[in-house]
Amino acid sequence: MIAEVGHFALILATAVAIVQSIVPFWGARTGDGRLMMVARPAAVTQFLLIGVAFAALMHAYIVSDFSLVNVYENSHTDKPMLYKVTGVWGNHEGSMLLWVLILAVFGAAVAVFGRNLPDRLKANVLAVQGWIGVSFLGFILFTSNPFERFEFPPLQGADLNPVLQDIGLAIHPPLLYLGYVGCSIAFAFAVAALIEGKIEAAWARWVRPWTLAAWMFLTAGIAMGSYWAYYELGWGGWWFWDPVENASFMPWLAATALLHSAAVMEKRDALKVWTVLLALLTFSLSLLGTFLVRSGVLTSVHTFASSPTRGLVILAILGVFVGGSLALFAMRSSSLTKGGMFAPISREGALVFNNLFLTAATATVLVGTLYPILLDAVTGETISVGAPFFNFTFGPLIIPLLMAVPFGPMLAWKRGDLWAAAQRLMAAFAAAVIAIVIIAVATGASEVLAALGIGLGVWLVAGALVELANRVQLGRIAFGASFRRLVGLPRSAFGMALAHAGLGVTVLGLVTASTWQTEDILEMQPGDTIIVEQREVTYVGRNRADANNYLADQFRFSVARGDSEFFMTPERRTYPARGETTTEAAIETIWFSQLYISPGEVGADEALTVRIFWKPFVTFIWLGSIVMVIGGVLSLSDRRLRVGAPKASRNRPAIAPAE
Amino acid sequence: MTITQAAPRRRGMTRKQRRLMLIGLAGVVLTAAVALVLIALNDRIVFFNSPSDIIAEPPAAGERIRLGGLVETNSWEVLSDGVHRFAITDTAETIPVTYRGLVPDLFREGQGVITEGTLGEDGIFVADSVLAKHDEAYIPAEVEEALREQGVWQGEEGDAAP
Repeated sequence: MIAEVGHFALILATAVAIVQSIVPFWGARTGDGRLMMVARPAAVTQFLLIGVAFAALMHAYIVSDFSLVNVYENSHTDKPMLYKVTGVWGNHEGSMLLWVLILAVFGAAVAVFGRNLPDRLKANVLAVQGWIGVSFLGFILFTSNPFERFEFPPLQGADLNPVLQDIGLAIHPPLLYLGYVGCSIAFAFAVAALIEGKIEAAWARWVRPWTLAAWMFLTAGIAMGSYWAYYELGWGGWWFWDPVENASFMPWLAATALLHSAAVMEKRDALKVWTVLLALLTFSLSLLGTFLVRSGVLTSVHTFASSPTRGLVILAILGVFVGGSLALFAMRSSSLTKGGMFAPISREGALVFNNLFLTAATATVLVGTLYPILLDAVTGETISVGAPFFNFTFGPLIIPLLMAVPFGPMLAWKRGDLWAAAQRLMAAFAAAVIAIVIIAVATGASEVLAALGIGLGVWLVAGALVELANRVQLGRIAFGASFRRLVGLPRSAFGMALAHAGLGVTVLGLVTASTWQTEDILEMQPGDTIIVEQREVTYVGRNRADANNYLADQFRFSVARGDSEFFMTPERRTYPARGETTTEAAIETIWFSQLYISPGEVGADEALTVRIFWKPFVTFIWLGSIVMVIGGVLSLSDRRLRVGAPKASRNRPAIAPAE
Repeated sequence: MTITQAAPRRRGMTRKQRRLMLIGLAGVVLTAAVALVLIALNDRIVFFNSPSDIIAEPPAAGERIRLGGLVETNSWEVLSDGVHRFAITDTAETIPVTYRGLVPDLFREGQGVITEGTLGEDGIFVADSVLAKHDEAYIPAEVEEALREQGVWQGEEGDAAP
């Protein structure tokens, strides 16, 4: 019964979304304020209805209602409650429902917080959100209905894929979807601007915080996914250039570019056309990501043959939105007024540089991701495009950009002085050179590239600090005065510095962990010891550690150094419901480095094949992302950017009346 | 809205010159990107082969390829220190493989796998990675295709992987 309520709510939500996509749009065309006002309640109602549907599905999972096909296929009564809840989106249908739920959350947020938006812009934005909503709600109802019932319900479920039975499932997909779908706001604003043929002053002020929020979620979601793959898959890798990873990385790159070009637009009213195009591209890449992951095209292009409708419907949605928005852009972008001028060496110039390299890098990732799929579809030849391709193409494009990052904030708007900026950055440059020399000497100059990589990371972190020091005129005025200036700095200043420093921290982690990682693969019998990073790692023995829904072999290792000793217990689990085995690696964080033990098979004489990694400073990779996200939070909390801060538009009454 | 436009100064450039410079820079970066992609597509991608492909047309010495098929029954042995020896077959031809490392959880005889590495002169394939997906019903798409070509594909038993 509750499932039917959910199903019905979903159908109603679709109807409301249809209203939301037509009526306000028509109102904006004809200038009818009452029609435009429909957008707000429609967006909120749509959100509530999808919320009801989502809650109904969650209820079915919690009570293990196996009369639903979806619950039967992905749940089990013995599954821990956490995974019953997260299992709601651990499958195709449920994750699409989460997708539209988040879309509706964003739509409702615009409706509720957008009081100060010009009416017509708001109506159009919500109408575009409605179009996206209708497409995906229709997709769910007609091809991926999570509320489908069995005529004769089975007694027990087939259980959730054990790899997904992890806290990562609770965090990673919602964060990633918040990021993906958050990009739809910038998209809707861009399409609305193109429909109206003009961009109001409110535009960039609105697009920037929403893009920033989406970017933060994407950053956190990708980092979380990377760490999840790292500890769950047992291979000890954190990035595989897998197409699924690229699917989320491309929108991230584009959103990063959009964030920077929107800054130019907000401050200097320049790069309007480009910013609008980037907003379209960012969401297009998000849709492409959804398509790649959800259609099954990645497992094989031939999945189209076995389940043709789903893939084709998403492809059609992708085609309509990408093609339609780009066509609209081609028709209308010339009507957008050109903005202010700037010299090549200026803050704007630096941000253009950023955009140029980011989009070029995104393009190489796009080619590397799509080429194998297209080649297979056209010629039937199967290839794999992996790390060698991406390191060769993405690397040379991103490294110049990283080197240029500290210069950007040092340059003035309109016309900057590169030489003065370089002089102010001397301290950061000196720090980087010292780091390079120390590493080169310590490693006997054998790892020149790694030393340069460390230098790059230090340059980024130090550059961000120098920028802050420069703002507060550290050393040039009294320390107390500098400190007061520091306290008085807008939060967005700290936000930018943290985001850039976080990038540097991630670079440091990537370089150290990939250069100085050690790996031992060996067979150990109980009592055997191996030395890893001056620590004695001893295999103590194995014991059973069964849980409710799996059987497990637990392998006990002691790790000793001097007087200190601790234990690590990796496991191999067998889930009887699905007959699958998983490896649970044991990871011990020692300062910022990690000891990683992944168990293999147990052979004759209780000999365990085991893989032991030492990963120096590997946590920097994810800590850097966290620092970036914190930077984003600080920027977002800046009074100037705060979502819906109504003062902004009142301060400039002369600009852009709604009608 | 009105925008005050910076008048071209003595040292400065006109709007047109600036735009040309921007387009020029964009052209350089994009050309570099295209060149990198073309070079990488030429020699940094890995082709998939079935055992029959390798017998028919052996890869150049040292060329990285992917080899996929079924792990032949009774061929898998684990030597000391994580060295695995097994054979990959598409039922027509069989290639012996060695691999040092941990095999995936679902690696077993009769299961479809993909390995990546190089073919040695002795005809033994030295793999440095072995892929098998975390799903009972899963057979890598490339392997499925290769098996279809050999006429031994039995069709899907379960649903496609999520």
